Amino acid sequence: MKNILKTATAASILAMTASMASADGKVVVYHWFEYMPQELIEKFEAETGIEVVMDTYDSNEAMLASLKAGGIGTYDVSVPGDYMVEIMTNEGLVDTIADGELANKGNIADDWLNVSYDHGRKHSIPYQWGSTSFMVDTAEYTGNIDTTDILFSPPAELSGKINMLDSQGEVLAMAALHLGIPQCSTDRDQLKALNALLQEAKTHWSSFNSDTSKDVLVSGDAVVGQIYDGFGAKARAERSTLKYAFPTQGYVVWMDNVVLLKDAPNRENALKFMDFLLEPENIAAVSNFARYGSGITGAEQFMDPELATLAEANPPATAGAGAFIQVCDEATQAVYDQIWTNVKK
Amino acid sequence: MAGGTQGSGDAVSHTYENARTWLLMPSWVVLTFLALIPVILMLVYSFLTKEFRGGVIWDFSLAAYDQFFFDRGLFGDDPPTFEWTYITIFWRSIWQAGAATLLSLLIGFPTAYFIATRPAHSRAIWVFLITIPYWVNLLIRTVSMKFLLRDQGPLNDTLMGLGIIDAPLTLVNTNFAVQLGLFYSYLPFMVLPIYAAVERYNFSLSEAAADLYASKFVTLRRVLLPAVKPGVVGGCILVFVPSLGSFLAPDLLGGAKNYMIGSLIEEQFKGNAGNWPFGAAASMILLSMVLIVLIIFARSQAHREKGAK
Repeated sequence: MKNILKTATAASILAMTASMASADGKVVVYHWFEYMPQELIEKFEAETGIEVVMDTYDSNEAMLASLKAGGIGTYDVSVPGDYMVEIMTNEGLVDTIADGELANKGNIADDWLNVSYDHGRKHSIPYQWGSTSFMVDTAEYTGNIDTTDILFSPPAELSGKINMLDSQGEVLAMAALHLGIPQCSTDRDQLKALNALLQEAKTHWSSFNSDTSKDVLVSGDAVVGQIYDGFGAKARAERSTLKYAFPTQGYVVWMDNVVLLKDAPNRENALKFMDFLLEPENIAAVSNFARYGSGITGAEQFMDPELATLAEANPPATAGAGAFIQVCDEATQAVYDQIWTNVKK
Repeated sequence: MAGGTQGSGDAVSHTYENARTWLLMPSWVVLTFLALIPVILMLVYSFLTKEFRGGVIWDFSLAAYDQFFFDRGLFGDDPPTFEWTYITIFWRSIWQAGAATLLSLLIGFPTAYFIATRPAHSRAIWVFLITIPYWVNLLIRTVSMKFLLRDQGPLNDTLMGLGIIDAPLTLVNTNFAVQLGLFYSYLPFMVLPIYAAVERYNFSLSEAAADLYASKFVTLRRVLLPAVKPGVVGGCILVFVPSLGSFLAPDLLGGAKNYMIGSLIEEQFKGNAGNWPFGAAASMILLSMVLIVLIIFARSQAHREKGAK
């Protein structure tokens, strides 16, 4: 399923861009599916004369695997999530951007400049940021939804009507927030509790779908579904009774970033592409399309006014803290992999 | 049956004897590059050391096979016991694929028989009708199946409208939905080989059996089935093998709640686990299992044919 969507998107984008050969060379972008409006790509090509060649992926891990299996040297930039920037930096897969190489670097909002995964933005620039939580159809369930109990110990009427993201990171981070334990815990009792919690919770879950996470909610197949906030806003536009939850225990925050890859064959063009995305007007076009925040100063004035008041992007006062997914060391990760296998075995 | 014009014993033509090596070259090249080398690579990778977050370190290791067969607890330091996790996943896939194959056979055999017994000029139309749905992309067909089966879908609406059921049946995200999806995906692979076999069948044999007082059931079992067996076996293999590695139907219709062989292996390469040697080892174990079954089958078949002569 994931592959099919990915391939179909890649094929259509390649078909659209392949015909536009250009004298000024190209930039090869490795990007998420459905994450950049076609008009913006055309605008970049018209402004710079650089052809955009795009390949798409559907998860951070799939992108990493493909880069490690020979993609380095093929692609110029990719768009990893926060924790994946750290992993890719540790693996030596990203290039360093020297001071002054990006003319628009000053546009990065202060909050997003010195991030934990790339202090001072030496390898990456912000693309979009948002949160991962879950939505509930309030026509079907009228109780309090701002609690992770909805996912991990749901009331009987919601049991069997819950869709989770098919992603170890998102599910285990949310479970850690539910238990109030650190994400990369090495405490054996905590890990056993996490394992037991998921074994119990999975009996209440009906499916694991990532790229249909919006559709299962819109169609009514699921009453509760884990989802990204922008995707949730799109779901609510199609089924108005859906409500995005901000649990008091906390929720996952993420930022996708454009990184300059090691051995980029078109390094100059890649930097131009990054500079282009640092322009407030351009990144706002992405936000208007994807319904997420941008991390660029001055983008607000170009964004759809309703984005500022979007229910999915404005946590109520009762909401817990947002947390980035953390990168565990190898030994700890092995235990988390085992816990995830236990969930899906 | 084939006119009997050139059926003089030796089926091998000597016309191209001299050019044979060269004519076979393209097949050898394709097979070597697309089948043999990838399998060898996989075999080698399965004995290498895992690199954290994908990739391999070129040191010999049995860790991948150890992980498959031995359970060392959540933290990896318990005394090893036999690991049932992956055997269970394999068994689940085999069971699903087997059920889909059986379902295909039960529907496919009568269908093929029906087509083969139509007048010669209309058979092509029937075969064409069978293949029409398969001009549509597999993904679209599987999603459509989900639309049909969902709680508020046409099937449940119809059954409730007719008063047969009061509350919608939960069909999506069940094993049954997966089997139905696999069955629907691969049905023509069952129908067509059986049709080809039944079409060649000489129906005067059935008449002869009837003249000798065989009941219809006995005629089916002792005369028709043995004659069309190669078609039935071919159809079963063609449905079973792709069902075994299928991930579309399990993901979309089964909700991806439990790993199937295909998704377990995919997770090792594309997922969080990033354990390439283990993915390679699981693939090798699957390949070995399928090969062993096919070899046993082929041998017993050869044995039987020898005995029959």
